[in-house]
Amino acid sequence: MSTATATVAKNRYRVRPSRVVATVVALILALGWAFPVYWMLNSSLLPNTMLTGSTPHFLPLGGSLDNFAAIFRGGTFWSALGMSVAITLTTVVFCLLFAFAAALAISRFRFKGRASFVLAVLFIQMLPAEGLFIAQYKLMSSLNLLNSVAGVSILYIAAVVPFTIWMLRGFVAGVPIELEEAAMVDGLSRTQAFFRITFPLLAPGLVASGVYAFLQAWNEFTVALVILQKEEYQTLPLWLRGFVQASATRETDWGQVMAASTLVAVPVIIFFLIVQGRLTSGLVAGSVKG
Amino acid sequence: MTALTAPTGAPPKAAEQLEHRQRFSPTPYLLLVPAIAVLLLALGYPLVWQVITSMQKFGLAQQFGKPPEFVGLANYTRLFTDPQTWAVVGRSIAFCLVNAVITVVIGVGVALLMNAVGTITRLILQIAMLLAWAMPVVASMTVWIWVFDWRRGIVNWGLTQLGLDFTNHNWLEQPLSFYFVATVIVVWMSVPFVAFSVYAGLTQISEEVMEAAALDGAGPRQRFFSIILPMIRPVLMIVALLQVIWDLRVFTQIKMLQDAGAPIAETDLLGTYIYRLGVGSSDFAMASALSIFVLLLTVALSFFYVLHLMKEDS
Repeated sequence: MSTATATVAKNRYRVRPSRVVATVVALILALGWAFPVYWMLNSSLLPNTMLTGSTPHFLPLGGSLDNFAAIFRGGTFWSALGMSVAITLTTVVFCLLFAFAAALAISRFRFKGRASFVLAVLFIQMLPAEGLFIAQYKLMSSLNLLNSVAGVSILYIAAVVPFTIWMLRGFVAGVPIELEEAAMVDGLSRTQAFFRITFPLLAPGLVASGVYAFLQAWNEFTVALVILQKEEYQTLPLWLRGFVQASATRETDWGQVMAASTLVAVPVIIFFLIVQGRLTSGLVAGSVKG
Repeated sequence: MTALTAPTGAPPKAAEQLEHRQRFSPTPYLLLVPAIAVLLLALGYPLVWQVITSMQKFGLAQQFGKPPEFVGLANYTRLFTDPQTWAVVGRSIAFCLVNAVITVVIGVGVALLMNAVGTITRLILQIAMLLAWAMPVVASMTVWIWVFDWRRGIVNWGLTQLGLDFTNHNWLEQPLSFYFVATVIVVWMSVPFVAFSVYAGLTQISEEVMEAAALDGAGPRQRFFSIILPMIRPVLMIVALLQVIWDLRVFTQIKMLQDAGAPIAETDLLGTYIYRLGVGSSDFAMASALSIFVLLLTVALSFFYVLHLMKEDS
């Protein structure tokens, strides 16, 4: 990670003109990738009269927070927010409980069926919702759980638990069992040793896994679309989709849509930045060690 | 385990006792119960239902409570003799491959750039990539639909400024330009993951090796193909495989673009087609059969990824 020395070393054999070209290309790419995010924020601040003008406004000059105020005044945002928060919280809490227990089992115990469980978990995490949602819809309809927090949450927990087990397993395995054993020699019971010694060391892992579960549940679209078909039970992604659907047939207030998008995106962007590093290394799982 | 304990020469009774104690400890199994229960309920049961339904006749009579009739693989025969299915499958595979290739190529390019530019430029590029990566899919879709909006979208305005007449051009009307827009969006969303993964691999290549190669007269192209590429090959393979798997199941992006006013039948990919069969026309037998096909395809593709994870783990 010694970027400074690396840069110095690089300078010795790199030709300057190619470096200038690289910098220009990098900045253009950065502009391209950041632009949609900027455009969302910019449009969210502008009134509809300015957005529908013949030339676009590249800076939010003369803008205001009116679009946000209009969304807060409408009731649909609050009910969608309520649904999203309820479903996301349920998913995160149960997913962490279930995954943590399972991660303990596979990293602290040797038992029959352990290897096949790990293998099954790895395969299950790859199953796409798109290959199962029709059957899940039938399941929830037979359980009378369509249009309910519980119905969606159960499906989300199952979708997120496998990868969370895989992630937490690494953290649990990272805490040496010798630490616990030393505490047990000092007179703590196994359970005490676990909760006093190992558990605090796992906090970062639990936070990272919790944020992962949060992001998955908060952003999920496919399962929600199938299970939550009534408008009053929409989550935030479905609520946003409603704006897009409306735009197909009539003139849309894009300023309000972009304000709505911003409200959905901001918490996600903040949380995402917290766990980004872990997610990358978790997904590629060590192959970057080289 | 047994192979290890048997020939150690320790009193067989003690070894046996130890084994017994380990084997019959219920703790690990109890710890697994909640996770297994929720997986069985939410994925196991639907999977079984889907396999059974895909072999049943599920028509109007069944909707009114008549027990379904077992028809074996007839649904699969009907499904795969339907040219519409093949059109959807073909489009999905083409879309998936084109997107995965473009994403990986641009992703590697961005990673190389991150490695080649100064610290400030690199940070700017990384922040831009992170922002795009962090955006929720649905929020990204609303922004992109606004960017390509036929009435007041910035793309039409920009192209018109360049002297091309794109006033009121509807990008979603024609399947080809619909897929072009979808590709732009999917690539924009997917490149950051590839770029960061590959960049992490690049930082592992020692400067000494690169310097030695440069001193020995290896040009940039030679350095890339003879040193960089072989060293990042493992991460590149896995990232490319994940892209293929993810792009094959692309649903949200296509569904949202369709919602924004595209012709549905001509733009359906596997995910949206299953949705239309199942939720739209309640043809559960056909939807199940096609779902099983998607699952088999994914499992086959995932095999190598899982193998890789297992190998890294041990």
